[in-house]
Amino acid sequence: MGYEPQADFGTPEVRSETPVTLSPVTLSPVTLSPVTLSIDGREVSVPAGTTVMRAAAVSGGSIPRLCATDSLKQYGSCRLCLVEIDGMRGTPASCTTPVAPGMVVHTQTEKLQKLRRGVMELYISDHPLDCLTCSANNDCELQDMAANVGLRDVRYGYEGDNHLGAETDSSNPYFDFDPSKCIVCSRCVRACEEVQGTFALTIDGRGFGSKVSAGLASDDFLSSECVSCGACVQACPTATLNEKAVKAIGKPERAVITTCAYCGVGCTFRAEMRGEQVVRMVPWKDGKANHGHSCVKGRFAWGYAMHQERITRPMIRERIDQPWREVSWEEALGHAAREFRRIADTYGNNALGGLVSSRCTNEEGFLVQKLVRAGFGTNNVDTCARVCHSPTGYGLKTTFGTSAGTQDFDSVDDSDVILVIGANPTDGHPVFASRMKRRLRQGAKLIVIDPRRTDMVRSPHIAADYHLPLRPGTNVAVLTAMAHVIVTEGLVDEAFVRERCDGDEYRDWADFVSDERNSPEFLAPVTGVDADLVRGAARLFATGGNGAIYYGLGVTEHSQGSSTVMAIANLAMATGNIGRRGVGVNPLRGQNNVQGACDMGSFPHELSGYRHVSDPEARALFEAEWGVAIDPEPGMRIPNMLDAATDGAFKGLYVQGEDILQSDPDTKHVAAGLAAMECVIVHDLFLNETANYAHVFLPGSSFLEKNGTFTNAERRIQRVRKVMEPVNGYEDWQVTQELARAMGLDWNYTHPGEIMDEIARLTPSFAGVNYDRLDADGSLQWPVNAAHPDGSPIMHVDGFVRGKGKFVVTEYIPTDERTGPRFPLLLTTGRILSQYNVGAQTRRTENTVWHGEDVLEVHPSDAENRGIRSGDWVRLASRSGETTLRATVTDRVAPGVVYTTFHHPATQANVVTTDYSDWATNCPEYKVTAVQVTPSNGPSQWQEDYDNQAAQSRRIMAEPAE
Amino acid sequence: MSAEDHTVDTIAKLVRMANQIARNLTHDKDPVAAIAEHIHAFWTVRMQEQLFAHGPEGLDPLAIAALERLALGARDQGHAVR
Ligand code: SF4
Ligand code: SF4
Ligand code: SF4
Ligand code: FES
Repeated sequence: MGYEPQADFGTPEVRSETPVTLSPVTLSPVTLSPVTLSIDGREVSVPAGTTVMRAAAVSGGSIPRLCATDSLKQYGSCRLCLVEIDGMRGTPASCTTPVAPGMVVHTQTEKLQKLRRGVMELYISDHPLDCLTCSANNDCELQDMAANVGLRDVRYGYEGDNHLGAETDSSNPYFDFDPSKCIVCSRCVRACEEVQGTFALTIDGRGFGSKVSAGLASDDFLSSECVSCGACVQACPTATLNEKAVKAIGKPERAVITTCAYCGVGCTFRAEMRGEQVVRMVPWKDGKANHGHSCVKGRFAWGYAMHQERITRPMIRERIDQPWREVSWEEALGHAAREFRRIADTYGNNALGGLVSSRCTNEEGFLVQKLVRAGFGTNNVDTCARVCHSPTGYGLKTTFGTSAGTQDFDSVDDSDVILVIGANPTDGHPVFASRMKRRLRQGAKLIVIDPRRTDMVRSPHIAADYHLPLRPGTNVAVLTAMAHVIVTEGLVDEAFVRERCDGDEYRDWADFVSDERNSPEFLAPVTGVDADLVRGAARLFATGGNGAIYYGLGVTEHSQGSSTVMAIANLAMATGNIGRRGVGVNPLRGQNNVQGACDMGSFPHELSGYRHVSDPEARALFEAEWGVAIDPEPGMRIPNMLDAATDGAFKGLYVQGEDILQSDPDTKHVAAGLAAMECVIVHDLFLNETANYAHVFLPGSSFLEKNGTFTNAERRIQRVRKVMEPVNGYEDWQVTQELARAMGLDWNYTHPGEIMDEIARLTPSFAGVNYDRLDADGSLQWPVNAAHPDGSPIMHVDGFVRGKGKFVVTEYIPTDERTGPRFPLLLTTGRILSQYNVGAQTRRTENTVWHGEDVLEVHPSDAENRGIRSGDWVRLASRSGETTLRATVTDRVAPGVVYTTFHHPATQANVVTTDYSDWATNCPEYKVTAVQVTPSNGPSQWQEDYDNQAAQSRRIMAEPAE
Repeated sequence: MSAEDHTVDTIAKLVRMANQIARNLTHDKDPVAAIAEHIHAFWTVRMQEQLFAHGPEGLDPLAIAALERLALGARDQGHAVR
């Protein structure tokens, strides 16, 4: 297949089930039946509310258009799309005229052609005619339209007033804005408003003088509010907004559909290629998670995949103070296998373990846990989901019966009240945030529970109805106080609770929350939130219609993370907000495949599909397929492995695609654990921080170089497709397979599709999943099995997976991490839009223009006490350690609270975080650390030592001279 | 730090974890069983044994009762805790 842009139907789809009008009698929505009309003699049937333009496109025609595109609401400004309709006067614009039954439409008449030519002539007279050398040549709608209307000559001449001399704005690292080519169709402005919701662009001036501008006259794209999502670039019909890569490389020649490897939204893209070179990633309109939208990371920040620092050859060394030695795959794998065998023989199988990254595919994750359980003979396998969403697993399994979000993303279109707690979707899950913001602009209400004033709280055309700025660490108290209000004020959905939940457990819970000590007033001194705010928010959530809860790591990464998840589930059940569209409990997953990593059995206590290793039936299934015995006792979690390593009982670790030294808390303890091991195998794209302590380095492949699947936060399984050959020679699943074979296992997968077939055989919730179906359907949401053959967009529709919903009493227990005279401030951590996790990928892209270093947000009063100004170096110290970074003084954080991100290894924010963790899952308490902040004049001793050690251990031996 | 120091550290952590679990499960109908089950489901045998060997010092009374029950279960091999 050659290159074709995705079809554009001109105006948005009207779903036939979408109610398009309100009944005048009952004011309830009415769904209209399809409308049949005739277009140029063709009979067409379309949902009522569809435009004539779309109807024409659907029936295979094409009406010229410039200001319309199907990602945006119809606008009707260019007048190119005129049509004639029998019985109607004049020539209405087809993009704004809805179809009517029996309509007879003519789209290509002599009269229309003449009118359209006139319109085009005006446009072209102010447009440079350098088509042959233009970056959009052959991929330009203006050019297509000129051809379509048969424009042959321009009567106005090109000498008149024009914009041809306007200068290009190249400030954005990924796209240019060349105003000389702008036809002022305002598609970009509308895309920024309607699709992205940032409102960064405006049309300045009127008539001929009008032009597109990014905010203030002085602003360029980089200094404006623009978040570089690319929606305007995609919407622009000309070369005005165009990817720099297209300019540099040329027009793509083919496109492959694949899935973003960054966050849990799981946007699908058309990887538009020239040979093995990516020209651009264009969000796929048929992608069910993103519907044609994207953020700066997935859209533009894929350059790391070709970064010069990628390691492409395997390396080994005896000791970590030696330089690396490049060796053949055979030698590296043989060495690794011998070392692991030696360790197992000397110290026992339980001295070995493996870590599955939630960035890797389902198939890769499944293979790593299989290697650990079947090859190493231990259950010591864990995933980085441990440090983010393990409490979701525990909490939702306990209350609802399975560890998964209950909704698809589209569900938010039916929400009336949205509660966001401990999540920062505009930065962490930007494409979903745009959906949420669109719903909020339509009138849904918003409650934000967060210590910081995030962008959700106030941004253009959005304002939270309630912001509860709680003290970090008091989530459970706030949620229980909300439950107190709902129960004591009689706002419980009694019918739902009676029918769907366990009655005894509900009564115990209701008694508990009703207790005076759980009232908002009583708890206000603890949470720091005004009782009236809590009451107002609780009433709104319980009575405002469909209530949906979205949460992130600000919920899970606490000593009561699991309790908070259960408190959220309690709240949803008590208000009857489970089991239909518009409601639900929705964990926003951090990394792309957190859901998948959890599903694939990469936790030490459970097999794929959340079955405990002590379950004899589940074990029997795996034992029959794999031909080995599986240990019925749970294995070690990451922190347990590190503890055991410092005790001398854990010696060998295979780390796939994860950087625990940077991402896990209490860096010094992690470093001590790694240093105590005898063989650490790191399998990654780069020499990451963990590799400083590794003995074997196996180069990995990027998401562009391999086949597989990711499962996003909506349980949606989507294909990742290989668009180029792996520069390291192997896809990651092959590397794991080779390691397994070197250890004597007889694995013979020839394609990840075969691994998925094995997953489906062994995992009831995946029974109906296979690559053929994924290719045919685009995506599937598990469970996919006999009961749900087409998957499950919404869960718990006719009852909870566990039977009756379980209310759990969640007593607020303050964390042991307390402020005191030495460490009087609370540090909480988060992330920002342009960077991702430990930054290993995004730091190796142009995204660093937006975020070159981690900074510490400090409230003005705390800053003043300490004599700190924005831009100053400060020392950030806790009982675990200290680091230095620059401060930014802002009232986004409350007094007594400081905030930073952890995207940069130089900062090492995790030197400061402690080893405290969630009571149920050991998910680390990243979100609360008692700290002190003082002025400083440079890097700490630890940072310097660390840099030296890192530089030492990253050395690669020069090729021996011939 | 020597390996022994680290072991002391590890034990202190296990005590803290057991107490955290105990405090968060006090509202269960049978808290001792719930704590024992939780530890049995999520801790390795080695971690449980380390705490058995350490004894009751520093532990919450409910955690002590749960560990006693676990120790019995471990001795009977059946691991029946409830
Ligand atoms: S920049 Fe592109 S989309 Fe925006 S008004 Fe100009 S031509 Fe239209
Ligand atoms: S890139 Fe996105 S945020 Fe920036 S102007 Fe375009 S649509 Fe708006
Ligand atoms: S990072 Fe997330 S929101 Fe951005 S494009 Fe990728 S999947 Fe979509
Ligand atoms: S496309 Fe209809 S007026 Fe522009």
